[in-house]
Amino acid sequence: MFKRDRWIEILEALNANRFRTILTAFGVFWGIFILVLLLALTNGLRNGVQADFGDFATNSIFMWSQGTSMPYKGLPKGRRFNFKLSDVERLKQELPELKHVSPRNQLGGFRGSNNVVRKEKTGAFDIYGDYPEFIEQQPLDIMKGRFLNYGDINEKRKVAVIGRDVIRALYDTNEDAIGSYLKINGINFLVVGSFKPSNTTGDDEENANMIFIPFTTFSQAFNRADNVGWMAITAHDNVSITDVKPRIMTLMRELRRVHPDDARAIGHFDLAEAFGRINGLFTILTVVGYFVGALVLMSGAIGISNIMLIVVKERTKEIGVRRALGATPREVRSQILQESLVLTIISGMVGIAFAAGVIWVLNAILDQVGPVENFANPSVNIGVIIIALSILVISGLLAGLIPATRATQMKPVDALRID
Amino acid sequence: MIQIKDLHKSYHMGSGSLHVLKGINFEAQEGEMVAIMGSSGSGKSTLLNILGILDEADQGSYFLDNVPIKDLNEKIAAKYRNEFLGFVFQSFNLINYKSALDNVSMPLYYQGVKRKLRTEKAMHYLDKVGLADWATHLPSELSGGQKQRVAIARALASNPKVLLADEPTGALDTTTSYEVMELIQGINDEGKTILVVTHEEDIAHMCKRIVNLKDGIIISDTIVQQVSAKQQANV
Repeated sequence: MFKRDRWIEILEALNANRFRTILTAFGVFWGIFILVLLLALTNGLRNGVQADFGDFATNSIFMWSQGTSMPYKGLPKGRRFNFKLSDVERLKQELPELKHVSPRNQLGGFRGSNNVVRKEKTGAFDIYGDYPEFIEQQPLDIMKGRFLNYGDINEKRKVAVIGRDVIRALYDTNEDAIGSYLKINGINFLVVGSFKPSNTTGDDEENANMIFIPFTTFSQAFNRADNVGWMAITAHDNVSITDVKPRIMTLMRELRRVHPDDARAIGHFDLAEAFGRINGLFTILTVVGYFVGALVLMSGAIGISNIMLIVVKERTKEIGVRRALGATPREVRSQILQESLVLTIISGMVGIAFAAGVIWVLNAILDQVGPVENFANPSVNIGVIIIALSILVISGLLAGLIPATRATQMKPVDALRID
Repeated sequence: MIQIKDLHKSYHMGSGSLHVLKGINFEAQEGEMVAIMGSSGSGKSTLLNILGILDEADQGSYFLDNVPIKDLNEKIAAKYRNEFLGFVFQSFNLINYKSALDNVSMPLYYQGVKRKLRTEKAMHYLDKVGLADWATHLPSELSGGQKQRVAIARALASNPKVLLADEPTGALDTTTSYEVMELIQGINDEGKTILVVTHEEDIAHMCKRIVNLKDGIIISDTIVQQVSAKQQANV
């Protein structure tokens, strides 16, 4: 279909009125430029917001106890209660869909007072009692040493894994933290590892402020008995934690002797649901991006269609001459169609290239100024480009269709008569 | 070469209809050079359009080289136009953004001739009309006479059976007209059948036969002594 001669024909025709060709092409150029840029910006927003979730396994919920709001089995309403370590075992037993059930305890926290001392330096940090599998739920980059292990748990070792910012606050530069001792609420812990958050764009300040110690050690050292502050529960990849959640709640109410209908007794945060909601939001944003972009592109295509109509009208006589010389209607039609297609595709590709350039510059600037909240790495993947190109081809064909039909509607004798 | 029997054609204009051709009977043998004359509105252009398969008759039969021309679809019509007919127009109708050479090679392009052979053939015909040196020029860079000669080269390029010229000298001054007619006579001498529509007596007499049209019928059809355009120019 696209022979060399045809190409020459098309380029000659487009070249015959260069200024108009360029103006027409600009409509499509602009449309595809907006489309690609919109999608890239949406993507940047999505990347930025998703970074806030960090690397935490998203198929997870957090669950904590609140006061009961209904009396049950002789127990009063407004009763405070704690999860017990035995609950963790029961959850694991009864619900095999769960991959990890991590009981957690915490000391310190937001605006806590100084609770860690090393030599003459002190600091306020978040102290967590955790099981070794917690690192599977919230990935951390161990910089030196190791994370907690079951030896620590079983022997209730007084060891600690500390964040990068803890080291910055309590140690001199170039001082090796591993093997040193920290005093947490008056109890000495041996530092066995250090970490930094594994994603760089997230809320790393908070994450790097943490100290992990074995759960069992925490319980004993800070008098928590077998109480559990809260749990981080992750389901296996093939099941949705949101689906399993009601059964977890039912079981926990039973174990903690809470009224089966008392929804307020156990609080939870469903990360999967929140993540899904955000994802849904961005899916909608992407759809909006496509929609708006496609509309802008459409006005460009209509511009091409318009100009091609004028071109056909202007060239009525030429088309008549061509037909007198033996051009079949099909040849005339396909030439007009291809002119429109070539115009659309070339201007579209320039638009894509230009948008890519702008995205590149944007990324370069972002790299320079450092992370911006809720925005990171605006980009489009090759799939989007392919979709954009197919939209281009379709709109080019549609744009050329009416003019091409118009071009062959007239009888050659009438076409020749026009001056 | 051309046989027409009882040809009728009318145009519908609003409520009424205009009967343009009212039963034309006409034959032309191979190698003839016929002038079709008539005042404006006599139907001579309509006749030429029907002969050129640009328009279709309402009634009657038309055989071109023993091929019936009737109810053709556009694809076949385009093929016949390309193979059988060469057109020369009053206003030249060259494509203004194409060089003389590319204009001449157009019919060959639609014939599907390969580029190299096409250029070769086109060059041959340009040379024949004496414009080989102007091959790369655009129509806007040529004089009227040169444009018409390019158009004649284009009409000849596909080696058609019949050359149809619609007022070929209508836009040219007398001297240039005679030059163009000289060229057309030369082509006729080589055996090509030529039909020339004109309303100029002197041009008509450079043909071998004059057909006079009036109000849609042929009023006279006479063989004439051909006047050489070359001699006429030197008078």
